[in-house]
Amino acid sequence: MSDILNIKDVSKNYSSNKALSNISIDIPRQSIFGLLGPNGAGKTSLIRIINQITGPDTGSIIFNGEKLSQKHIEKIGYLPEERGLYKKMAVGEQTLYLARLKGLSKEEAKKRLLYWFEKFEMQGWWKKKIEELSKGMQQKVQFIVTVLHEPELLILDEPFSGFDPINAQLIKNEILELRKKGSTVIFSTHNMGSVEELCDNIALINKAEKILDGKVKDIRKTFRTNTYRISFKGNIIGFTNSLWTGAEILEKHTDEDVHTITVKLLNNVTSSQMLQAVLPNCEIISFAEIIPSMNDIFIQKVGEENILAGTKSNYTE
Amino acid sequence: MSKVRLIIGREIKSKLTNKTFIIMTFLTPLIFMGAMCLIFWTSMPEKIEQNVLVLDETGIFSQTLHGNDFVALNFSDKKIEEAQAEFQNSDYTTILHILKGSDGNIIPKARVFFKKNPGLAFRTYLRNELERIYYEQKLKANNIDPAIIASARQPVEIELTKVDENGNVKNSDSIQLFSFAMGLIMMLFILLYGMMVFRSVMEEKTSRIVEVIVSSVRPFQLMIGKIIGVAVVGIIQFTVTAIITTVLSMVLSGIFMKDMLDMKTKFDSQNQLVMKMGTNANLDAMDDFKDNQKMFEALDQLSHINFAEVAIYFILFFIGGYLFYSSLLAAIGSAVDSESDSQQFMFPVMIPLMIGYFLAIKIMISPESNAVIIGSFVPFTSPIVMMARLPQGVPTWQVLTSLAILYVSFIGTVWLAGKIYRTGILMYGKKTSWREIFKWLRY
Repeated sequence: MSDILNIKDVSKNYSSNKALSNISIDIPRQSIFGLLGPNGAGKTSLIRIINQITGPDTGSIIFNGEKLSQKHIEKIGYLPEERGLYKKMAVGEQTLYLARLKGLSKEEAKKRLLYWFEKFEMQGWWKKKIEELSKGMQQKVQFIVTVLHEPELLILDEPFSGFDPINAQLIKNEILELRKKGSTVIFSTHNMGSVEELCDNIALINKAEKILDGKVKDIRKTFRTNTYRISFKGNIIGFTNSLWTGAEILEKHTDEDVHTITVKLLNNVTSSQMLQAVLPNCEIISFAEIIPSMNDIFIQKVGEENILAGTKSNYTE
Repeated sequence: MSKVRLIIGREIKSKLTNKTFIIMTFLTPLIFMGAMCLIFWTSMPEKIEQNVLVLDETGIFSQTLHGNDFVALNFSDKKIEEAQAEFQNSDYTTILHILKGSDGNIIPKARVFFKKNPGLAFRTYLRNELERIYYEQKLKANNIDPAIIASARQPVEIELTKVDENGNVKNSDSIQLFSFAMGLIMMLFILLYGMMVFRSVMEEKTSRIVEVIVSSVRPFQLMIGKIIGVAVVGIIQFTVTAIITTVLSMVLSGIFMKDMLDMKTKFDSQNQLVMKMGTNANLDAMDDFKDNQKMFEALDQLSHINFAEVAIYFILFFIGGYLFYSSLLAAIGSAVDSESDSQQFMFPVMIPLMIGYFLAIKIMISPESNAVIIGSFVPFTSPIVMMARLPQGVPTWQVLTSLAILYVSFIGTVWLAGKIYRTGILMYGKKTSWREIFKWLRY
């Protein structure tokens, strides 16, 4: 029972359109889970099913060991990708209304709102109308509304889009803080940098099907290509000779007397063996394995899938 | 349920605190009454005093043509050229020149010269008088007593009286206009508040707040909350408007209709006297109200309408019709991205309302035709048509059946609208078609 959410064999069709096909995902408690996939892959459909905005055609969703039902609505917080607020309504009144829809009492909601308003330095905003706020300010309000009822499960769809770097960092810190306090975060994004930075686990969805899932660390390991980057001083010809057939040079770059070379190890040569071979011929400055980024993995996996399906990749980033 | 109450509360508050809404609530009755006053005022003959120099070449009008309170006549034998030359420096406002025919007989032709246009009322007065005198002159010349002609030309009045199943009689002549007005007001109300729901739905969709809300409440709850909220707003606005209109019209009728009502009271008491004393009544001492008789009858008939009953049915039919149409309009609002995209869906909703309106007109011509009866039961038109029929007297079972059909079909449209709404509010970018909407029904 360490999972907060178990998605089991969920399928969803919109008339002839397949949105989700037998998706199964387990989301561990108190983790940050990245839900990845190109546009139109079915992420939003899945998120809407978890939010009970729509229901699955087949399959089931288990929340905290129970079948997902209306009573769980108050335990979930949702920040949609396309988000808005009532433009003509004052900030205070509006946040109060949305908090009460999530089941908070008026007094409790007000208390918590004042706390968050202070935390985000928004004290003077209570009586302002939404249309008077900038986009970044509106997003702060939306974030507060999402987390105000202290949900066990937080679903954030592209939370950083539209934020400036300072506010994005603010939100990032809040997400980490919330995890520390016990919340689980589902995080849907195209920003692979933030996935590496924040996510513990991910699932990659493409064309209604799950094509990859697991811990971020493990996934990146399995996608290792035995590639290393070495910077050294010394004779470059001697260096390459000493590699012999153990490695293939992918890239060469020289800056004054420092050479940087990217090599892919071949024939089961280990990194230690390679280092031993080259050490006599040069002075090593740095040595590191090149682990594929989530971005690379994403493009590789989705690209493969699309080639398999015989279609052109429709994903561009 | 408490969430629906929250939604209703927000809907009411957002409307009632809207400045435009407040202004319109108080302004509408003012504008309405103002327009009524304007019409009343402009239709009253403008009475400008006229000092008229009459040059009568025929010589027959000097004995018979009399002025009135506003028209002073001064007969003269001057030549027209002479009179015209002196006109600008004289006190006369107009010159009336009555011409002689070439055969020496009088011919009905007159010319009016003026400094300032004396207006239609003056011209009408002159023409009526000249025509009357000429007419009587002609009759007399042929040895016919004008009194005989007058007594022979009596209007035949046809009084319409409905006898209902309880044997009650009801005079239903002047009620027709009133009943049409009821139908028209009903249509306007349904349209006004239905569109309010439509806009409110679309506002939530286009501002993209709807996805946040439907993650907290079911779409159906949101839709119902909205519909009920606007209904409450509508009833509040209706009440305020009705109160203001009543007060205003009482004040205004005190000013404009006072004479009329005083006369009516006098007329009624005279009638009672005649009824009681028969021919012994001193008829000569009584005022003659012949000219106002029509008006009195209209007032009488209107006063026989059971306004309380009409008001209760109005509210019941309004709620039914409003719920019926507003749920359809909510569905349309959810399906489109902007008001301009909504035309193709609005059209089929407007058509039945227009049919209802035309049937309400038809009620004035043939109140109990088949089309009218059917229209008063079909839920698309029944609020308008039944409302227009009501003042004329409709059997209670018909009214109740019509209400029952309306409320049952409202459940149907809400259910249908709920299905469209649920899918529609989260659909963006795609231009919605009818086919698309039918698909949503099956999701």
